[in-house]
Amino acid sequence: MIPADLSGIQRIIRRNKRRDLIFAIFGFVALLIGVLTFLALFLQMAFAGWERLTPDFFTSFPSRRAGQAGILSAWVGSVLVMLVTAVSAVPLGVAAGVYLEEYATRSWVTDLIEINVTNLAGVPSIVYGLLALGVFVYAFGFGQSILSAGLTLGLLILPVVIVATREAIRSIPQHIREGAYALGATRWQVTRDHIVPYSMPGILTGVIIGMSRAIGETAPVITIGALTFIAFLPESPIGPEFPWVNFEWLKSGFTVMPIQMFNWTSRPEEAFQQNAAAAGFVLVLMTLAMNAISIWIRYHLRKDIKW
Amino acid sequence: MVGHIAMRSIDRPDGQAARPTLGSVAGASSALARDGRSLPDTPPIKAAAENFSFFYGQFQALKSITLPVYEKHVTALIGPSGCGKSTLLRACNRMHDLYPGNRYEGAIRLLPDNTNLLDPAVDPIEVRMRIGMVFQKPNPFPKSIYENVAYGLRIRGEKSRSVLDDRVEEALKGAALWAEVAHRLNEPAFALSGGQQQRLCIARCLATDPEVLLFDEPTSALDPIATASIEELIDQLRQKVTILIVTHNMQQAARVSDFTAYMYLGELIEFGETRQMFVNPVRPETEDYITGRFG
Repeated sequence: MIPADLSGIQRIIRRNKRRDLIFAIFGFVALLIGVLTFLALFLQMAFAGWERLTPDFFTSFPSRRAGQAGILSAWVGSVLVMLVTAVSAVPLGVAAGVYLEEYATRSWVTDLIEINVTNLAGVPSIVYGLLALGVFVYAFGFGQSILSAGLTLGLLILPVVIVATREAIRSIPQHIREGAYALGATRWQVTRDHIVPYSMPGILTGVIIGMSRAIGETAPVITIGALTFIAFLPESPIGPEFPWVNFEWLKSGFTVMPIQMFNWTSRPEEAFQQNAAAAGFVLVLMTLAMNAISIWIRYHLRKDIKW
Repeated sequence: MVGHIAMRSIDRPDGQAARPTLGSVAGASSALARDGRSLPDTPPIKAAAENFSFFYGQFQALKSITLPVYEKHVTALIGPSGCGKSTLLRACNRMHDLYPGNRYEGAIRLLPDNTNLLDPAVDPIEVRMRIGMVFQKPNPFPKSIYENVAYGLRIRGEKSRSVLDDRVEEALKGAALWAEVAHRLNEPAFALSGGQQQRLCIARCLATDPEVLLFDEPTSALDPIATASIEELIDQLRQKVTILIVTHNMQQAARVSDFTAYMYLGELIEFGETRQMFVNPVRPETEDYITGRFG
């Protein structure tokens, strides 16, 4: 009913504003549920594991005695596996995303690829583990190594990187592209000088989302044979002599943070539960640190990019 | 200066009013290929569309356009929205090649070498290196002012810092922007105002010495003061470069152009010297449009 007089209009406005308020409250509560759940978990881990968070915890190998056990092999393993994951997934994902957006002409083939890529993001991670066990561990002979694990997780986050790359590329206005083409740039020059740099903030976001997922993955890493009890470190990636890099660590056996946690939670002693909580706390911090780095990089890259 | 355009005085045997025909321009341009001038009282032709048709998929957007573009003069394309003026402009540097399903017929020749820009054998990149384009919305790259202007040179392989510096300065001066940005070449281009951004885009084109400059409604996103500065710039640029400009603003066409082409529904209705066309159009459709009775 359309109000006829001023008081009618005011009544309608009051009613509309009430609905506005109802939604605002609902939205706020929804937000709180997410944030508070995370905070509660995080704080509970922090309190439970607080006593164990000593420097020794970070520099000790796991042990049968809970009080002496540490996460050295786990966090080093996680960092190295993530390194391989990033190095393998980022170039492949970005290249595939750029190709799909900038090079491929639309046809049923690209549509099919597109559907597949999107679906890949939803494949359970254990399936990647089985695939990797067959392909990386046995067929390629990489063994139960950091390389196998990194590549597996790289494969796992590849769809995320591809999708993020495509989204970022699509957000570049067409007239910027045309401006570059109009100057006589080739497709590769446009890609290298414009498309990739301008979509970098978006790509990084995708990479970090993927990496945050990968760092917490347990199933595929166990499937390819990560060890649960490891009392040695892989060889250092930095060698003593020229060229100062060393790739022996890629072949090393390893464990990662979530596996170490899993191992400790499955033990009956209370003290190991404490260790697990402390390790969980560290794992969350690692994820938050990755996010912080990506936010920082994104901020600096995005400063000069406006449309 | 030019007195009038020959083709406007052509009397068709069938008694229709003069319209540019294939014969008029093709004849003119082939004559040009020999002696550099089409007719005694017109300037040399720099480019010419000959029976040029364009298709977006099944839809024919341009119907057998024949149109000369005179060297170091400004030619304006006017007409109501959807008449195909931008489509024609964008064909001149093969922008349509970026999208699938587009098809050209006929020719757009660039002189003096008489290259058909639409020939599939002619690389669109070669065409774009010879013909610059300024877009409707200022589209500087999200890079520094310097890098924006230097980009065209960089993709042509220029690496020498001193050459780049000189050319960037020259181009910015040519676009009447140097005084405003000389002290902040390394600042992001987005720090500039809209009008400055558009002049930056013009400088970006000028840096590579294009033979023809295409302007696609270059002031439609700008305020009147910025518009005036762009028009003034176009007025200066005509000394150095051939200009083809699409505008929906008839006053702008009247102010900046030497020749005007009126298009409607993908057809070229009338082409002539701007002064004459606005005062005394031959075709009644043109008169209706120019006087604002329609469009």
